[in-house]
Amino acid sequence: MKIVTDKIPKVDVNAILTPQEIDGIHEYVHHYPQARAAVLDALKLVQKRNGWIDDAQLHAIANLLDIPPSDVEGVATFFNRIYRLPVGRHVILICDSIACYLNGYESLADAFRRELGIDYGQTTADGRFTLLPICCLGNCDKGASVLIDEDTYGPVEPSEVSFLLEQYA
Amino acid sequence: MNTVVSTLSTAHTAKPNIAEQIQARQNGLAPSQLNRQRTPIYGVGLAEGQAPTSLTHPLTWRLYHHDAVLNLADYENLDGFKGLKNALAKTPKEVGEMIKLANVRGRGGAGFNAGLKWTFMTPPDGGVRYLICNADEMEPGTFKDRLLMERIPFQLIEGMLITAYAIGASVGYIFIRGEYILAAQRLQNAIDECLANGLLGDDILDSDFKFELHVHTGAGRYICGEETALINCLEGRRANPRTKPPFPQVSGAWGRPTVVNNVETLNNMPAILLNGVDWYLNLPKAKGKSDTPGTKIMGCSGRVKDAGLWEVPFGYTARELIELAGGMQDGLTLKAWLPGGASTDFLTASDEHLDLVMDFDPVMKAGSRLGTCLMMVVDETQDMVALSRNLQQFFQRESCGFCTPCRDGLPWGVKILDAMQNGQGQAQDIDKLSELTRDLWLGKTFCAHAPGAMEPLMSALKYFRHEFEAKVGVQQVVATPDSSKNVGA
Repeated sequence: MKIVTDKIPKVDVNAILTPQEIDGIHEYVHHYPQARAAVLDALKLVQKRNGWIDDAQLHAIANLLDIPPSDVEGVATFFNRIYRLPVGRHVILICDSIACYLNGYESLADAFRRELGIDYGQTTADGRFTLLPICCLGNCDKGASVLIDEDTYGPVEPSEVSFLLEQYA
Repeated sequence: MNTVVSTLSTAHTAKPNIAEQIQARQNGLAPSQLNRQRTPIYGVGLAEGQAPTSLTHPLTWRLYHHDAVLNLADYENLDGFKGLKNALAKTPKEVGEMIKLANVRGRGGAGFNAGLKWTFMTPPDGGVRYLICNADEMEPGTFKDRLLMERIPFQLIEGMLITAYAIGASVGYIFIRGEYILAAQRLQNAIDECLANGLLGDDILDSDFKFELHVHTGAGRYICGEETALINCLEGRRANPRTKPPFPQVSGAWGRPTVVNNVETLNNMPAILLNGVDWYLNLPKAKGKSDTPGTKIMGCSGRVKDAGLWEVPFGYTARELIELAGGMQDGLTLKAWLPGGASTDFLTASDEHLDLVMDFDPVMKAGSRLGTCLMMVVDETQDMVALSRNLQQFFQRESCGFCTPCRDGLPWGVKILDAMQNGQGQAQDIDKLSELTRDLWLGKTFCAHAPGAMEPLMSALKYFRHEFEAKVGVQQVVATPDSSKNVGA
């Protein structure tokens, strides 16, 4: 249940965010003339802890930046790589744009689905992997490409999926 | 002058398998460095043993000497920041005038004279002015800026410093897509080293010029590449486009005068300040086929043997580019190609199209757009309805949803193409698709996202209508592979 409002309900930021996260967000704020501009940086920074943003964290960021939680939610839900639901320890993003399409991403996506036993948007029962599609990874000379956490791979053959997954505990 | 061609791709190399990729990543290699010989090949158009220089390959020549130039000392040893020093010896107005005269056409796709764009800024009023580098490279089929940022990050910083000096900007942002993680890290490292060495911050190189530069990373939305959507995102809002006018040069980031330039555009500046306007204007004469100055990173992906990037003058033809990519993959015949990204119109395997000079105006005259000039090559085995569906799915997913024609029209197109693919299409569906290309065209939507989506669809309907008709039972497709079109094989 998402609790989003255009008022800024006061929350105990120190109880929700770590000191490192608060310092990091303040550091980002210094890059801009208005604190609001750090919202995407803040969401990405806080997301690193559990892989997704929960309502409490969203409200804490709103408090820190002094903007309505609805604005933070607006940004959080707009961007493909901010997650408002729990994800696995590793997020696999399969490029399905035209270059990877021409290089057979569909059979690669099938191989990931088969190997993990899940479809797009799902997480494995052991919480290890979440599978998602993504637009062009800018790795078009090496399609079909995938991004796992922060690592780009390409080309990836369907037969290599099993070995690739072994690298991620 | 020699023909200016460099290649950052090796000929006919085996692609690295996953084990090799994992190993390379552990060794700190960038994705753009994989599947490459250590030293890029610059053989074509250069005499044997001749090294490319800033005179012949202004964007990539440094990569002949280093796999990647990742520290200040290496960059300075290769004429790094000499262009900036030359700029600081001139007035900002003189620098701006140089770039305008050089006619550097924007490399993000639109091709507008960058120096002229700068002149649209409102006169200084004592307040802050911004320079933003658009590094949100998310156009499917486009991977050139990644290479420049991952392997020569200092060159972009130098280009931004020169630009900032010319336009009077004191703060800059490199807006980079969130998936370019290594590029963002390498740019940040380069910025830190520049700051520590007086090349960023106050009193740059003991002058009065000051410039602070930040990396701002996105989180995965194609629309962020649209300059006003990018500015909204930078300000911490949803990345919806803004109405124009006012243009960013008048009211951009935080309502202040702002210039937004592409990564490759900004990478042109150091060499122009190093070698002069006349040199830049004379570069195209190497091929004698184009009036557009300078070189361009062009490339191929799709169903060619060796997809890659090459720094070439604008005189190159589509046929020559496919030949640089080793031709079509074995057994495949060319059917169609997109000149520069998913939002450009398909062109065909006709001689008329293949001999097109890859330049803004000739490609426009042929009914398409040069875009980013990274060709996407399609072979005869591809079903154009399925291909169109993939393209439209991309655009519908990436619509920001801000204006109704785009939000509702793009999913409608996908729905029709889905029905065609599933054997449930009807004859009138083709007319509906044609109608959609008119209803979502320029002027009907808030920004160019939906019209961009319509370009490949419109041209697919124009050149391959029979395939759409076959899907709805109007007529059967007759396969007519023509071996004479087997370019470069």
